[in-house]
Amino acid sequence: MVINVCIGSACHLKGSYDIIKIFEKLIEENKLSEKLSVKASFCLGNCVGAVSVKFDDKVYSVQPDTANEFFESVVREKVC
Amino acid sequence: MRKFESNVQYIKYMVNKELVKRLLSNTLSDSLESLQDISEKLIPGPKPMTRCCIYKERHIIQERAKLTMKPLEGDNVIKILPEACDECPIDRFVVTEACRGCLGHKCHENCPKDAIIIMNHRAYIDQNKCIECGRCKAVCPFNAISEVQRPCIRSCAINAISMDENRKARIDDEKCVSCGACVYNCPFGAIVDKSYVLDIMKLIKDSENNTKYKVYAVVAPAISSQFTDAKINQVIGGIEKIGFYHAVEAALGADVVAYHEGHEFAETIDERKWMTTSCCPAFVSYMRKNYPDMMSHVSGTVSPMVAIARIIKSTDPTAKVVFIGPCTAKKMEIKLEDIKDAVEYTMTFEELQAIFDAMDINLKEIPESVLDNASYYGRIFARSGGVTDAVTQIIKLEGIDKPFKPTKYDGLADCVKIIKVASMGKLPFNFIEGMACKGGCIGGAASLSHGPKDLGEVDKYGKLSKEENSLDAIRVFDLDSVNLERDYGKNE
Repeated sequence: MVINVCIGSACHLKGSYDIIKIFEKLIEENKLSEKLSVKASFCLGNCVGAVSVKFDDKVYSVQPDTANEFFESVVREKVC
Repeated sequence: MRKFESNVQYIKYMVNKELVKRLLSNTLSDSLESLQDISEKLIPGPKPMTRCCIYKERHIIQERAKLTMKPLEGDNVIKILPEACDECPIDRFVVTEACRGCLGHKCHENCPKDAIIIMNHRAYIDQNKCIECGRCKAVCPFNAISEVQRPCIRSCAINAISMDENRKARIDDEKCVSCGACVYNCPFGAIVDKSYVLDIMKLIKDSENNTKYKVYAVVAPAISSQFTDAKINQVIGGIEKIGFYHAVEAALGADVVAYHEGHEFAETIDERKWMTTSCCPAFVSYMRKNYPDMMSHVSGTVSPMVAIARIIKSTDPTAKVVFIGPCTAKKMEIKLEDIKDAVEYTMTFEELQAIFDAMDINLKEIPESVLDNASYYGRIFARSGGVTDAVTQIIKLEGIDKPFKPTKYDGLADCVKIIKVASMGKLPFNFIEGMACKGGCIGGAASLSHGPKDLGEVDKYGKLSKEENSLDAIRVFDLDSVNLERDYGKNE
């Protein structure tokens, strides 16, 4: 599965690069790299809800300090 | 309405604007009747705007419209409009009133063709004999001999422009690098860069609101000095209002290029001895046309425009890319065999302004959007010295320990000189930044503003970046999966 993180300007300014790095670290720590990857996208069309993160066809609004929680509550159950 | 630097820009803008308007209202046609209608609307008369009569003005408007509407003839995007050319009736050297009719007659003595006639205590030049060597002017003790050159010929540093038998300007496409200096300098607007505004608007329209595919705008950092009457974020808002899915900074591609070129330097400089940059398409074209044997010294890194376009396409396989910048040579670059996958069309800032106004987009009323991905170093690629600063940064950050001896040249005439020195193996540097336009991209031929404040605007804009350096700006990309190499070997 893929986590798409928006890196369009609005999301970038709200810390999307940091979120990508957090997800990459979590994937590595949890040894999920065969099942899960992170991809950057220019604009997921939801600039108001920056940072936009698309996972399993749904777009979520995630912040750098909620990225861990998002990973645990939304991503982990789908992947594991 | 924004002010243009000259009537020439304004007339080009008017034509583009009218054509886009007609395209959007489905009334565009290249029939004779329609062309007449366009020209009469833009030149209503009864007095002419700039030329001898409204009929000539209208005819030239029609020629301009046809150039935009019809597919490009030949390969070069820089074209002469013969009817618009004033055949500048200029004799290069003329004796002025300042001639004292002296006894010395140095002008006469030094003329190798015996073209100086002394009559009634004054010198005259027999223009049929004159070979324009300039010796008379150099030796006259009163500086009484003036030199005037046609602006198109004077502006072309590589002598690609000459006069045909009717004194009309003629471009030698074999020599021309499409830098656009003549386009900018011809005061009659007789040299133009092919406009793709209609193709771009069709591309956007056919995307059906970016559902069939998405149209991305890649915006050159030179934009910082362009729309001084509106904030950059409003210009970005305006670009999205046109119908682009999203605007991305070309400067982010510049951060990628700085990184790639820095490492290219580290890995190849021992063997190459010296290398040049490759971000300016007119400079690269000059090298290819004049020094094919020295192409191994030209950086093999793609331009920032191509880098960012390929990155966009790697994240979105449906992406189409339109580059917006101050450059006419980019219109040639995107057609080159090894990089033609990257960018669909390019448009200039002049043309962007025409689209805004055709769609009644008033930038001052547009809600602000944002444009921020690149670092300071990516953004300063827009000015002369920027690439050098950015590569210097990479060399420091990455701990590259090869001696880095950079130099920068802007304006094609100066580039020609330094490359000549390099070709003789007498270069005291090992890294040449070559930019065809004076001042770098902000002095681009299709810039809306060539003011002295532009340089400061670029640096000021650069400092607004969120990311501090190029490494920060590119840290989320998997660059190994993007092709950042040029292949100059192919026949183009």
